Amino acid sequence: MSELTNLTIAEARDKLSKKETSAVELTEAHIAAIEAAKDLNAFITPSPDVAIERARQSDQRLQKGEAGLMEGIPIGMKDLFCTEGVLTTAASHILDGFTPPYESTVSQKLRDAGSIMLGKMNLDEFAMGSSNTTSYYGNVKNPWKGQGGKDLVPGGSSGGSAAAVAAHIAMAATGTDTGGSIRQPAAFCGIVGVKPTYGRCSRWGIVAFASSLDQAGPMTRTVRDAAIMLKAMSGFDPKDSTSAPVEVPDFEASLGKGVKGLRIGIPKEYRPEGLNADVAALWDKGMQWLKDAGAELVDISLPHTQFALPTYYIVAPAEASSNLARYDGVRYGLRVDGGSLDEMYSKTRAAGFGAEVKRRIMIGTYVLSAGYYDAYYLKAQKVRTLIYKDFTDAFESVDAILTPTAPTPAFAAGEKEDDPVAMYLNDVFTVPASLAGIPGASVPAGLSSEGLPLGLQILTKRWDEETMFRVCQVLEDAAQFPGLTP
Amino acid sequence: MSLDKATVRKIATLARIDVPDADLEHLSKELSHILGWIEQLSEVDTDNVAPMSGGTDLKLNWRKDEVTDGGQPEKVLANAPDPQDDFFTVPKVVE
Amino acid sequence: MSYVIKGETGEWEVVIGLEVHAQVISQAKLFSGAPTEFGGGPNAQVSFIDAGMPGMLPVINERCVEQAVRTGLGLKAKINKKSVFARKNYFYADLPQGYQISQYELPVVGEGEIILDMPDGSSRSVGIERLHLEQDAGKSIHDMYPNKTFIDLNRSGVALMEIVSKPDLRSPEEAGQYLRKLRAILRYLGTCDGNMEEGSMRCDANVSVRPVGSSELRTRCEIKNVNSVRFVMQAIEHEAMRHVDVYESGGTIDQETRLYDSNKGETRSMRSKEFAHDYRYFPDPDLLPLEFDDAFVEKIKANLPELPDEKKERFINEYGLTPYDAGVLIAEQENALYFEEVAKGRDAKQAANWVMTNLFGALNKLGVGIAESPVSAKDLGRLVDLIADNTISGRMAKEVFEVMVDSGKAPDAIVEERGMKQISDTGPIEEAIDKIMAENPDKVEDFRGGKDKLMGWFVGRVMKATQGKANPGMVSEILKKKLAP
Repeated sequence: MSELTNLTIAEARDKLSKKETSAVELTEAHIAAIEAAKDLNAFITPSPDVAIERARQSDQRLQKGEAGLMEGIPIGMKDLFCTEGVLTTAASHILDGFTPPYESTVSQKLRDAGSIMLGKMNLDEFAMGSSNTTSYYGNVKNPWKGQGGKDLVPGGSSGGSAAAVAAHIAMAATGTDTGGSIRQPAAFCGIVGVKPTYGRCSRWGIVAFASSLDQAGPMTRTVRDAAIMLKAMSGFDPKDSTSAPVEVPDFEASLGKGVKGLRIGIPKEYRPEGLNADVAALWDKGMQWLKDAGAELVDISLPHTQFALPTYYIVAPAEASSNLARYDGVRYGLRVDGGSLDEMYSKTRAAGFGAEVKRRIMIGTYVLSAGYYDAYYLKAQKVRTLIYKDFTDAFESVDAILTPTAPTPAFAAGEKEDDPVAMYLNDVFTVPASLAGIPGASVPAGLSSEGLPLGLQILTKRWDEETMFRVCQVLEDAAQFPGLTP
Repeated sequence: MSLDKATVRKIATLARIDVPDADLEHLSKELSHILGWIEQLSEVDTDNVAPMSGGTDLKLNWRKDEVTDGGQPEKVLANAPDPQDDFFTVPKVVE
Repeated sequence: MSYVIKGETGEWEVVIGLEVHAQVISQAKLFSGAPTEFGGGPNAQVSFIDAGMPGMLPVINERCVEQAVRTGLGLKAKINKKSVFARKNYFYADLPQGYQISQYELPVVGEGEIILDMPDGSSRSVGIERLHLEQDAGKSIHDMYPNKTFIDLNRSGVALMEIVSKPDLRSPEEAGQYLRKLRAILRYLGTCDGNMEEGSMRCDANVSVRPVGSSELRTRCEIKNVNSVRFVMQAIEHEAMRHVDVYESGGTIDQETRLYDSNKGETRSMRSKEFAHDYRYFPDPDLLPLEFDDAFVEKIKANLPELPDEKKERFINEYGLTPYDAGVLIAEQENALYFEEVAKGRDAKQAANWVMTNLFGALNKLGVGIAESPVSAKDLGRLVDLIADNTISGRMAKEVFEVMVDSGKAPDAIVEERGMKQISDTGPIEEAIDKIMAENPDKVEDFRGGKDKLMGWFVGRVMKATQGKANPGMVSEILKKKLAP
């Protein structure tokens, strides 16, 4: 790590405006860092040439005084965002060679804001996973190592993005969060990850996994950086029917407001029997920090919490089974020749999709099928209403909710792989907010007894990311999380 | 809910994913396990509860009837595995 | 008179339901901004959305919603102010998303009706079950290459209205009437051009049979994509016979999808997939429910044109036309408009005859529609005037009309040029009559003696002597006077 790769977005913004550095300099430093950290396998497609070109254009704008919100900032782009002219794979064999002739709205907005794309980040295939161990392009390693230098997972699905930011090989990165895919890897890698309100960021051009849950969001080293980046990513998109025609506030402006007088909900259902002791202890510490800063703690109940995971694992696979039907070898990506059309479909999809994706497509197909729709999909959507209602009821008496982000710190690759359900349980604290469409952020708050990062999650009601950022800032200030030493 | 191999084969066909016979046993066990875990939802009382429609409570955005797209067959076909004269091609389908 | 198939074991009646897919008239597609107008090369009218590319999302076209509501109002149907788009999931090469965005449990339009005008003058109400909006698929072309099928997605994503009738139809004839009426309504409304040959209106027929008098609903078969009214009627007839044959020989009918082979005059099973079609419908999570208010519907209602049934009723009442004649004139909106222009301020029955017999006859011969008529409504009306004020005789008018068709000239000019004006002055007529009477005293005597039939001969001679220009009515009148004993 160099001085330049230790900068946050806010610091870089400052130095760039003072002409103490340049976009090209920053970019070159990161390109070198990426090269040096190949071992992490955080990138599927590094794009150094594109990056340098954009950096040069960025410097020109800086010279003219036309700096955008993220001018000159080198970022990683999760390989789920379609980027024009740059290979986009969704970490899947089935999208071999796919070079989109269009750019996703969010990546375009970041480009228009002046950011520099360093490359496409690795992820769990089609965003399905909590460990980044299902990518066609190989596992991503967490830059934090376990006892005795053991390799750990970075979390998922945005594992490559999280690892890169934590390792200082990207100043920030985009992720997507469907059931926790930004927040959980952020917690595992000791960085900040934000899932905004559903509809805050456009989904146009993002390879769809579960349409009613997917949301793009920033992954950064500081809360301020996340606020800056989220502003650049957000906004109504008429090309996305689920995008909200809602004003985007200046999130950065809310950061210093503190938490005095805010009521913070502590849901009892998030402390099951046998909760990891380190996680529980950190949660208690977090509560104390907020209390010390003038917030009021309120015990609340979110009674349907235990049903969130099974609800999610019906709704998400169902939508995915339909969204992934287009990957059939006809118009793009992998094609495996078969005798007939159906054989071509079946062989292509069998060869192109990994095991976890296939499992979820099959579950999704099953829960939508004749005779099972009512008992599974319809039932799940009803339970989802109840989960949402739990939150809206709670927000009558509190302004924000504090929970742990993940039930454990990062685990070793290979653990939990025999049992899909064990892997799903990683999302137990993040999934409810996804189902309700409310914003959630993870802030690195402390270390486990093995010295691994642990995150705390802040949830607020829809469209209230401002309160969320306020609480995050207070936690960050109190935690003084060290990050990976340079 | 236990899925037998025949059901798994049917689902695989609906989903157009070739599952070799050798894998059917293992896959049906995995899927049965996942479905068994999901079953707990039946405990929840959802009488008189409306299903959530999508992830948001906004109104559907309407678009004006104007031509704003199309006219770029090269781009549409740019990633096609076997394009011929501006057409996509697939193995012959007999109707 | 009901349609009945006489089988060996008894009499059978047919139960028919029709599903019509009507392409919506709009500039752009239902969920993308690509054009609906054809003319470009393959895949030139395709948006990345229509091609089902990764990350693409649908956004609804407001005009398509209006057209669906307009059609619903034209079918006197219930308009559902809240409806839901659902995905119909299946795999086919011309279905890029692997699902079709359609409507399932909550369509935009509910129950309505169409009134059929039967040839014997009776009318019958046929129920409409529902109308919903959905995407059209692309086109598969199987014969361009030996072992490949070519796919053109230009049509993929065009808006369709699926209009489902209740199984109220009971004969191939009724089915034909239903399609013609529905087509007329759609064309009047401007929501679909109803061109079955070109595929902008497609019909699937659901057919079953049952013994006369029974109210059971037996297994039905669906005959898909029949592309003319005539073939629909034929296909239904053949399919119904097939069912009767099967039942009478002790067999059962399997529910299946069939195609009609017009050359062979039979239906055959489509290469049936062993996989049952489980479409796994669920509400499309990329779209929110379609909602609009009463004001939206009222605005469309206020701008509806006069529909076929109303126009027919008015033609009968205002113009005194027979139901049959009115029915013929309103079949196409442009024809009705033409007729009204001709009939304005004139004898409507005359106008109707001229339009239906002479004009339509000429147009048929020329093979053109009324839009390309060489004779304008204004000119035809003028011709009717010239007969009414005795300028020309009815027989002359027919000749003038021929010239109008050939030359496109106005009738006044033609009459003038060819000196075809009727002689209505008594002078010349009396002269001619006197001359003929003088030259044929024996005939005069015979007539006066009782041979009344000779009147015709005298009239004929007078007409000949005046080159057909004498006003026949006047000739008769004066002859009667002069020949009176």
